[in-house]
Amino acid sequence: MKETLLSLKNVSKAFDDKTVLNSLDLDILDGEFITLLGPSGCGKTTLLRLMAGFEQPDTGAVSLSGHDITHAAPEHRPLNTVFQNYALFPHMSVYDNVAYGLKMEKRPRDEIRQRVDDVLAMVQLQDFARRKPHQLSGGQQQRVAIARAVVKRPQLLLLDEPLSALDYKLRRTMQVELKRLQRELGITFVFVTHDQEEALSMSDRVVVLKDGAIQQLGTPREIYERPANLFTARFVGETNLFPGYLTSVENDGITLDILGLSRTLQRPGFTLREGEQVNVLLRPEDIRVLAPEDEKGLARQIVERNYKGSTLDSVIHLEDGTEVLASEFFDEDDPTFDYKLGEPVRVSWVDGWEWLLPVEPEPVNNDAEEGLSTNA
Amino acid sequence: MNRWLPKTYLTLVYVLLYLPILVLVVFSFNSSRTGYRWGGLSLQWYESLFNNHAMVQAMWNSLWLALTAATVSTIIGALTALALHRYRFRGKRVLRGMLFVVMMSPEIVLAISLLALFLLVGLQLGFVSLLLAHVTFCLPFVVITVMARLSGFDESLPEAARDLGANDFTMTRTVLIPVIMPALLAGWLLGFTLSLDDVVVSTFVSGPSYEILPLRIYSMVRVGLKPEVNALGTLLLVFSLAMLMLSQWILTRSKR
Repeated sequence: MKETLLSLKNVSKAFDDKTVLNSLDLDILDGEFITLLGPSGCGKTTLLRLMAGFEQPDTGAVSLSGHDITHAAPEHRPLNTVFQNYALFPHMSVYDNVAYGLKMEKRPRDEIRQRVDDVLAMVQLQDFARRKPHQLSGGQQQRVAIARAVVKRPQLLLLDEPLSALDYKLRRTMQVELKRLQRELGITFVFVTHDQEEALSMSDRVVVLKDGAIQQLGTPREIYERPANLFTARFVGETNLFPGYLTSVENDGITLDILGLSRTLQRPGFTLREGEQVNVLLRPEDIRVLAPEDEKGLARQIVERNYKGSTLDSVIHLEDGTEVLASEFFDEDDPTFDYKLGEPVRVSWVDGWEWLLPVEPEPVNNDAEEGLSTNA
Repeated sequence: MNRWLPKTYLTLVYVLLYLPILVLVVFSFNSSRTGYRWGGLSLQWYESLFNNHAMVQAMWNSLWLALTAATVSTIIGALTALALHRYRFRGKRVLRGMLFVVMMSPEIVLAISLLALFLLVGLQLGFVSLLLAHVTFCLPFVVITVMARLSGFDESLPEAARDLGANDFTMTRTVLIPVIMPALLAGWLLGFTLSLDDVVVSTFVSGPSYEILPLRIYSMVRVGLKPEVNALGTLLLVFSLAMLMLSQWILTRSKR
């Protein structure tokens, strides 16, 4: 069991009477890569700024390795930040930018030179030490920002959407590079992003935030495969949501009527009564599109197809207007595999891959829609 | 359309702009005493200018005044701009608006009100009154120049400095001031030139103990145009051109 490095207890924060964080508890473990994921305005950046010391919580406490740092100034916290826009000092060379933190520690000159050279070599910028930030590309500036933060060997590195300004290809490269850095340095990373794909691929654990409250905290697999609520399910990845009606309860299983198909599933973690409705979640890749002459599934038509390179995504309209998203990998045996619009098919899904959630009293939240569209 | 028309027009405009200056420069090297007749090349007016002790003294006075006024208004102005930029407080908009009032109000109004104020508090007219007056009219220009720079200032820079271990004072010294330095220099140069050639306000608030160059020139030409004035004008022209080039050089260098 890893030890807790940074701990937030009952932290609340409001700006001009607008609650941004609502009595939030979070323990960050030593050495982990943890991601704060959520739509804009969910409080993830404020949370990061509380850790860095740029903001003070209205209530609650922040502690680092057991020491209370709630009211400690940023310069007295053994953690460093990589800013969204890099915040490199424009009047200093790359070398001086990276050396800044060590100069503040009043380290001997030889040590500063050695450590700056080492860290610049680590981010492959040793040949750019004399350049000014504006003479570098976005990706290079990003690496300077990281070098500047890690040269102080912080216990914790806070990264505020550090990759959002980079183009897709560079972002992927930097994702890999960041993971490598984190492994090599053994520093705890707290990473803020609104990009669910980034969160899933990089993190040890993901914190899903909405309206200043934690929706779910878990490994990427837990978040994706077993979302705690509809918000998480919709925000992280694409989801088919079907209504299911409980027809009978057996000893350890239940039988559900899903779109007219009867399925027997394991009893979920919440209580259900006969006749009650549940939400049945199926990811697009769980959906199976079958030939029209197949006996299983529901007969419908393809209304949209999207060639995605590695997958073929299609939208199928059901009789009651429900849209089903399906994502299929290309088959080596059938390289010409494709659909025509209007083509009749049957829809089914892999048995036992359904995930059940109780019906939530609230209607579909706007934030969730927003999150989906920005990450589509 | 005649294609010569635009060219002729442009030439006329530039002749109108530069002919007086050209005449001034040319006649500063004229050996003839009368201003309208060319008597051959000579440096005698430059010589007599530097032998005119009252004139040289006025020149030094003006330079010293412009130097101190520009420096004082840059310090006060930069702090004012920082306060207006960084803090949210009641009446901030009014305060900012009042800067423009000072900038836009006719100089004569400022001159009279400053004189009235100095007389009221019993301040003797001389260097101090001149300095206070010059700082007053330079200040808004400095504040606005610095505020313009601050509005483009990346707010995460001070945070980055703090994050890396700098306290507020060190951050200001190592990050904030260097980043806004071009604006400070531009504001200073602006104040310097404004102070150096001010006549209206200075006429009202200067005393016999401290004579400055613009007023000296003004009183000289009242009793007839002396060729020394041409020489002085040429020197001032060269000086301001040098200052202009310096400020341009600083600004372009900082943009790189």
